[in-house]
Amino acid sequence: MIDLQGFGAQLALGTWMTVRIAFAALMLGLALGLLGAMAKVSPIRWVRWLGDIYSTIFRGVPELVIILLVYFGSAAVLNGIGEMFDLDYMELNPFAAGTLALGSTFGAYATEVFRGALLTIPPGHIEAGMALGLSKGRIFRRIVLPQMWRIALPGLGNLFMVLMKDTALVSVIGLEEVMRKAQIATSVTKQPFTFYFAAAAIYLCITIVSMTALQFMEKRANRGIRRSRA
Amino acid sequence: MINLELILHSLPQLLWGALLSIQLVIVSGILGLIIAIPLALARVSPNPLISAGPYAYAFFFRGTPLLVQLFLVYYGLGQFEFIRNSVLWPFLREPYYCAILTMGLHTGGYIAEILRGAIQAVPVGEVEAARTLGMSMSKAYRRIILPRAARIALPAYSNEVILMLKGSSLASTITLLDLTGMSRTIIARTYDPISIFFAAGVLYLIISFILVQGFRLLERRWNKHLVRA
Repeated sequence: MIDLQGFGAQLALGTWMTVRIAFAALMLGLALGLLGAMAKVSPIRWVRWLGDIYSTIFRGVPELVIILLVYFGSAAVLNGIGEMFDLDYMELNPFAAGTLALGSTFGAYATEVFRGALLTIPPGHIEAGMALGLSKGRIFRRIVLPQMWRIALPGLGNLFMVLMKDTALVSVIGLEEVMRKAQIATSVTKQPFTFYFAAAAIYLCITIVSMTALQFMEKRANRGIRRSRA
Repeated sequence: MINLELILHSLPQLLWGALLSIQLVIVSGILGLIIAIPLALARVSPNPLISAGPYAYAFFFRGTPLLVQLFLVYYGLGQFEFIRNSVLWPFLREPYYCAILTMGLHTGGYIAEILRGAIQAVPVGEVEAARTLGMSMSKAYRRIILPRAARIALPAYSNEVILMLKGSSLASTITLLDLTGMSRTIIARTYDPISIFFAAGVLYLIISFILVQGFRLLERRWNKHLVRA
């Protein structure tokens, strides 16, 4: 197979970092997506606007620009504040900046997925919860969320695949994930094709694993539901 | 916090960058379509030997990041002696052609899948009607199936074009001065990432807004015969 010239361990470390940042961004993105979806169906007009502005901006601006803006922009802002208090030089580390940027993008797309799922919940279910005397929070957690999850899962799965591939962009701000490790290996060995191809193979493996996991999760989420046959 | 004077001052450069971004999207989009049509036709073939190739193609180009593909083409191909000695090398060492090629191959994989879905969504009755009228299968494809599939695929295709607009920002990583690359150059000189990236973000939003409106117009024209419920 391909000779990695001793960089195998480094690539493995990079893979671990890729997985870590993908999951960190996923968690942030899911939270932002839920908030965004609730904002978009809110009865208050300016809250709806806020949701619209959020999902429009983060879906329309390239991920790379958002990553660069968060990383370099946060340094400018933090140091602007720092100067007022006589603090030393500060910046977000690449992991935090990458998580924030990718999580916000994921959240913007997830907003639409969650909103679509939210609209499929029959109002009768919520009324039934109210009739049983459940509080609003409990209705959301016990009745709305579990049903939304089932509908939203395929869409979220697609978004996760996109997110996982977008983590490669964080290499541009120096986070040592798979791509960055491949770059480092390339600069030593002068064999760019070998190492970028290895990186591609690693991403394909992660894709296969997540696809399998998603199929499993969808099966679980759909237990007790009768499928209509086409 | 946002320096309007600086933005106005750099606007001409940013617009030049935006022009290159648009050019990348259009040229690679056309290349992608050229690649995608035969792929999609092969993919709907009942013969597994024919449909396996396009499946593998789509699996690779949709399963790996565009950045990896871009680096494989721009940095990777130079690793091989026979490519450096070939007639294609004058093109393959230029970042512009590498970006076009990679983006075209990448979007081709996605468009092929969109087209496949659309071809399979053409109502069977319409294909049968064409066959009943005595059209050969290739004529039915040209006159009935592909024109219908194009209309069905249009909304998904417009999404893909927007994704490619955002993907074109990666061209800046192989030294091209597209909108993102130009912004990074200006920032390296002015140390004002917030203002310049803000301006770039607004320009990207404007371009994608124009693209979305354009596709909406096209959709209305193409689907004029469909009565809205």
